[in-house]
Amino acid sequence: MNLVVDIAWTHIAARFRQTVVAVLGVAIGVGFSIMMAALMQGSQDDFVRTLVNAMPHVAINDERREAPRQPAEEAFDAAQIRGLTPATRRRGINNPIATIAALESWVPGSVTPSVQARGILRYGGKDVTSVIVGIDPAREPRVSQLVNHLRQGSLPALYRATNAIILGDRLAEKLGARLGSNISMSAGTGKVMTGQVVGIFRSGVRAVDEGTSYVLIKTAQILAEQTGLINEIRIRLNDPMSARAVADRIIADTGLKTISWQEANEDLMSAFVVRNVIMYTVVGAILLVASFGTYNIISTITFEKSRDIAIMKSLGLTQATVRRIFILEGLVIGLAGALAGSVLGFVLTQVMLSIEIRTGFTDATRLPLIVAPLHYVIAGGIALASSAIAGFFPARKAARVHPVEIIRGAT
Amino acid sequence: MSVPLIETRKATRILPGIVPVTLVADIDLLIHEKQFVAITGPSGSGKSSLLYLLDLLDVPTTGEVLIRGRDTSTLVDDERAEIRLATLGFIFQFHFLLPEFTTTQNVMLPMRALGKLTPRQMKERAEGLLSSLGLEDHLAKRPDQLSGGQRQRVAVARALANDPPVILADEPTGSLDSKSSEQVFQILRDLVDRDGRSVVAVTHAIDLAERMDRRVHLVDGRIVSDEMQASVALGEPA
Ligand SMILES: Nc1ncnc2c1ncn2[C@@H]1O[C@H](COP(=O)(O)OP(=O)(O)OP(=O)(O)O)[C@@H](O)[C@H]1O
Ligand SMILES: [Mg+2]
Repeated sequence: MNLVVDIAWTHIAARFRQTVVAVLGVAIGVGFSIMMAALMQGSQDDFVRTLVNAMPHVAINDERREAPRQPAEEAFDAAQIRGLTPATRRRGINNPIATIAALESWVPGSVTPSVQARGILRYGGKDVTSVIVGIDPAREPRVSQLVNHLRQGSLPALYRATNAIILGDRLAEKLGARLGSNISMSAGTGKVMTGQVVGIFRSGVRAVDEGTSYVLIKTAQILAEQTGLINEIRIRLNDPMSARAVADRIIADTGLKTISWQEANEDLMSAFVVRNVIMYTVVGAILLVASFGTYNIISTITFEKSRDIAIMKSLGLTQATVRRIFILEGLVIGLAGALAGSVLGFVLTQVMLSIEIRTGFTDATRLPLIVAPLHYVIAGGIALASSAIAGFFPARKAARVHPVEIIRGAT
Repeated sequence: MSVPLIETRKATRILPGIVPVTLVADIDLLIHEKQFVAITGPSGSGKSSLLYLLDLLDVPTTGEVLIRGRDTSTLVDDERAEIRLATLGFIFQFHFLLPEFTTTQNVMLPMRALGKLTPRQMKERAEGLLSSLGLEDHLAKRPDQLSGGQRQRVAVARALANDPPVILADEPTGSLDSKSSEQVFQILRDLVDRDGRSVVAVTHAIDLAERMDRRVHLVDGRIVSDEMQASVALGEPA
C-alpha cells in the first residue's frame, strides 16, 4: 500500500469514534441537503407542470408588440407629429385560416384558433365580468386540459343548445348559476345574448376558475359583432420547453404578437431563480458547517501527531508527502460522509414521499419530491471539496513544521 | 585525500529573537569515511545543535555544510530531505518510532519514502536489519511492546534502512541501562569496523567516548579540541 495511504489510514483508524462523528456530520449535511433539494426542485417542477397544463404553451394574438406607426408618421418620417387620431384597425388576426395552416405545417404540436372577448355575464340580477372564449370543441382537447377539468357537462354539449356556455366553478358560484341555468352575456359591443350553462369546469388556477367561460367560436364572433374573427391562436407543444424558440420563429414569420408560457410567467420564473439561489446558499452553508467537523478532527490529529510529523520529516519525507497524508484523511471523511449522506438523503426523500397530506379542502396529496442524480452529485461534490479544503489548512501547517523545533522540545 | 562525507565551514547557528541565542559558532569539521567520532561537551554546549546541522535538519545562519563536497545552503527543504533520506541516518536519544506501526513497518518507512526497492525487497531488508540487531523475535511487535534497548535497536535499524554511509546519533545510549548501552555501542562500533560507515555520536559517557576513534569536544557552542584517540593515532587495529 502507498505510504501516504498507509499513514493516513492508521491515523483515522486510531480515532474511530471521532472519525465516525465527523463522517456523521458530513453525512447529515449531505442527506438533508439532498432532501431539501428534492423538495424544492419537486415543488418547482410540480408547479411548472400545473402551469404548463393550465395554459397554452404559445399564444398568438392580434395585438401588436409595439404601438403601430400611424399613416402620417409613415409619410413624414423626419417630423414628429402630435395630436393624431389613430386609424381604427380591424380587429383579429388577418387571414387566420391560412396562418393556422402555415403553422400546422411546421409546429411540433397542436394548433387551435379561438376568439377572446371581454364581457359581462348576468344571472339573477348579478353581473360578473368574464373572459368569454370561443373555442372549437373538436380541437380544444388537443391544446388544453379543459376537457379534463370539466366537473359537470361536456365539451360537445356546446353544440346542443344555442349560445351554450361552460363556466368556471367559482364564476358559476359568484353568479349563483348551475348546469341548465339560462344566463345572459354581453360584450363591449352592446349586443346581449342568452345562453344555457352546459358545463362547469375547475382548473385549480383561481384566476381562471372565477373569470373564464367558454362558448363556440361562432357564438363569440356574434357577441363581438365581427364574423370570421379569430383573435387568438393557441399552441400546445410536444415539448413545452421549446416554447420560447417556437414563439420566436412565429414572430419572425408572421410579426404577430406571440407569447410563450415562460414569457407570460416571467415574474414566476425569476422567483424560481431567486428560490434556487436561496436553496443553494442554504445547502452550501449546511455543508460548510459539516466541514467544520472535518477541519476539527484533522487539526486535532495534526496537533496530536506533531511529534510523528517531525519524525517523518526528520527521516526525509517531503512536505508534499506530509501534506498529502492529511488532505487524504479529510477526503476519506468527506467521501464516507458523501456516501452515507447520499443513502440518508435517499431514505429521507422516500420517507417524505410516503407521507400523505390530508386537509379538509383538497384530496389527499403527497409532497412533490423528485429524486435527481444531479442533487446527489452536487451535494456529494461540495462535501468532498469542503472536506479537502478542511484537511488542506491543517495539512499545510503540519507540512511546514520544522522538525528541529519539535525534537528540541521533546528531548 | 578523498572528498569528506560531511564538511562544515565556519558554520554558525544563531536563533533569532529579542535576545539572539548562539547555538554553535565557527564550526569547522571534516567527517571522513570509516570514522567513529564522539562529540562531547557539557550540557547545553551545542552538541545536539551541531548534529542537527550535520543532518541538514537545521540550516546554519552563516557558514556552510557540504555533503560529499556539495554545498547544501542553497537547497530547498525537499532537496535536503532527499539527501538525508539516502545519505544520512539519524538516531535520536529517544527512539522516536511511529507508535501505530510494527517494528518492521517502522524500519521500512525510509525505504518507502525513497522508493527504490519493491515492497518485497523492502520487507526482506527490514527484517534482515532487525535480525542482525538481535530483534528477529520482535518483527511484528509495536514499539510499546518493546523494552527501551530493543526500541533503540529498532531506531538503529531504521537509520540503516537506506544504507547511508553516515550515521548520526544523539546520545543513543543516554536512556539505556549499562547492559543495553554496551549492546548498542557494539552495534555502532560494528557499523564502522565491519560495514565501513562513519558514525558521529554525541555522548556524555566519557568511557564510551574514549573507545571511539576521534573525539570532538564542545564548550559554549565552539570546538575546543578535536583529537584522534590514542589507539587510532598509534595505528592499532580496531
Ligand atoms: N529553542 C531554543 N531557544 C533558546 N535556546 C535554546 C533553544 N534550543 C536550545 N537552546 C540553547 O542552545 C544551547 C545548545 O543546546 P543543545 O541542545 O544543542 O545542547 P546540548 O549540548 O545538546 O545539551 P544536552 O547535553 O543537554 O543535550 C543551550 O544553551 C540551550 O539552552
Ligand atoms: Mg542534546
